Amino acid sequence: MVETDINMRTELMESTQVQSVDRSDTKVADMKQQVNATIGEPFAKDPKMQARQVNVYYGNKQAIFNVSLDLGKNEVVALIGPSGCGKSTFLRCMNRMNDTIPICRVEGNISLDSEDIYADAMDPVLLRARVGMVFQKPNPFPKSIYDNVAYGARLHGLAFNKAELDEIVITSLQKAGLFDEVKDRLHEPGTGLSGGQQQRLCIARTIAVSPEVILMDEPASALDPIATAIIEELIDELRQNYTIAIVTHSMQQAARVSQRTAYFHLGKLVEIGETNQIFTNPKHELTENYITGRFG
Amino acid sequence: MDKDLHLAHHISRRFNAELEELRSDVLAMGGLVEKQLADGLIALTTSDTEIAEQVATSDYKVNSMEVAIDEKCNQILARRQPAASDLRLVVTIIKTITDLERIGDEAEKLGQLAVQITDANVSYSQFVEIRHLGDHVKSMLHDCLDAFARMDVADAMRTIEADKKINEEFESIMRQLITRMMEDPREIKNALRVSWCARALERIGDHSSNICEYIVYLVEGKNIRHISDVKLSQEMA
Repeated sequence: MVETDINMRTELMESTQVQSVDRSDTKVADMKQQVNATIGEPFAKDPKMQARQVNVYYGNKQAIFNVSLDLGKNEVVALIGPSGCGKSTFLRCMNRMNDTIPICRVEGNISLDSEDIYADAMDPVLLRARVGMVFQKPNPFPKSIYDNVAYGARLHGLAFNKAELDEIVITSLQKAGLFDEVKDRLHEPGTGLSGGQQQRLCIARTIAVSPEVILMDEPASALDPIATAIIEELIDELRQNYTIAIVTHSMQQAARVSQRTAYFHLGKLVEIGETNQIFTNPKHELTENYITGRFG
Repeated sequence: MDKDLHLAHHISRRFNAELEELRSDVLAMGGLVEKQLADGLIALTTSDTEIAEQVATSDYKVNSMEVAIDEKCNQILARRQPAASDLRLVVTIIKTITDLERIGDEAEKLGQLAVQITDANVSYSQFVEIRHLGDHVKSMLHDCLDAFARMDVADAMRTIEADKKINEEFESIMRQLITRMMEDPREIKNALRVSWCARALERIGDHSSNICEYIVYLVEGKNIRHISDVKLSQEMA
């Protein structure tokens, strides 16, 4: 009798599977129509940056569709999604990096402390000092470690004498967790460091101009697990003083470092929520499919 | 079914196979535990010492299945880092097999008590209520495993509800046994044995109810353990 029970249950399981395959086709079609509305709460209680109804076009091709999202003070927001979903494009809108692409057009409103960053009065160079960026591949200048970090501070006139500049370089390197490793060779080229060290050098360079927001575009994807862990630890420390948005392809990394996670799909913000909720119980099927490695 | 789990929809086919295997393993373990319970009840109500011995000595099979499934879950956690519904499935299975193993232990107890009771020549008439309770518990476990196979929240909720009746029946058996013990103190030893059987069955009901709560967590992502009935109906609304 028990044997039959097991067989029966296996059949039950199989019939459940078949059913679910049938249903999924219609569901995915439904979902694709539903994507216009973001699931979850895109607004933060204490916003640092606010994006409202942002649409981005590359020529005739629309890359971002009507995305509204806040970056709250002292929080890390992870942007995840498959390649080409618009997460990097969105990140680059936050400090007008897309200005450098002639065919790129940004519509909607993005503000930093309620100040429109696309306003004519906003100087993009000053904006990028307030909203710094760290890229996927470490890109130190072909200069010494010291000059790499001092570059922005000099450009923006943040130091009035050598002692002040030294102070900025040392504290930035310390905050980036790199100082102890490079203190005896500050005047050697930054390009001579290891990949992980170079990435921390770039973070130190970003911090040196006292930004308010740090945008990170896959900052650890070219690093080994140890260097990655150091960067992630650093992100957590930096959160005390900065607002951080990070684009990552590593689900585990998003889960580890962020407080909120936003899932992008085909240029739309599908779901945003507390990271704990997104990784244990996502509401949208597309989010679920992506983070569990299912067919989308 | 409220929410499809799409176990077979991963890009990695091997991961699909691993999860399916895990789920079948749990059902096989559930089947074995069900058999142990059924045999324990037969031993108790028919005074068949052979079956009783068999139940008492077969618990190791359940235990070794628990260890094997646990190991597979650990490997999936380490190698696949499951998220969302996959994570909930693995966590649910880790918890479910603990309860199944405890049900196995209770069935083993039934076997041991059956041997003692048969040796003591206790009359069959004492077991009418136990048999009744046993039938209810057996069908509750059955429904619980079906709900697991189907991932059916409605069935799971009904099964959780059924545990209340089992608790009531248990209370009533205990009252009868206490009366019997007061009437005839020479019966105390056997009445205690019967009460332990009732207790074992009542515990099996509780474990089945736990498993059903895990099923709700698996499918809905809601934790409904240790909350009042009022809050439960709000949660499930």
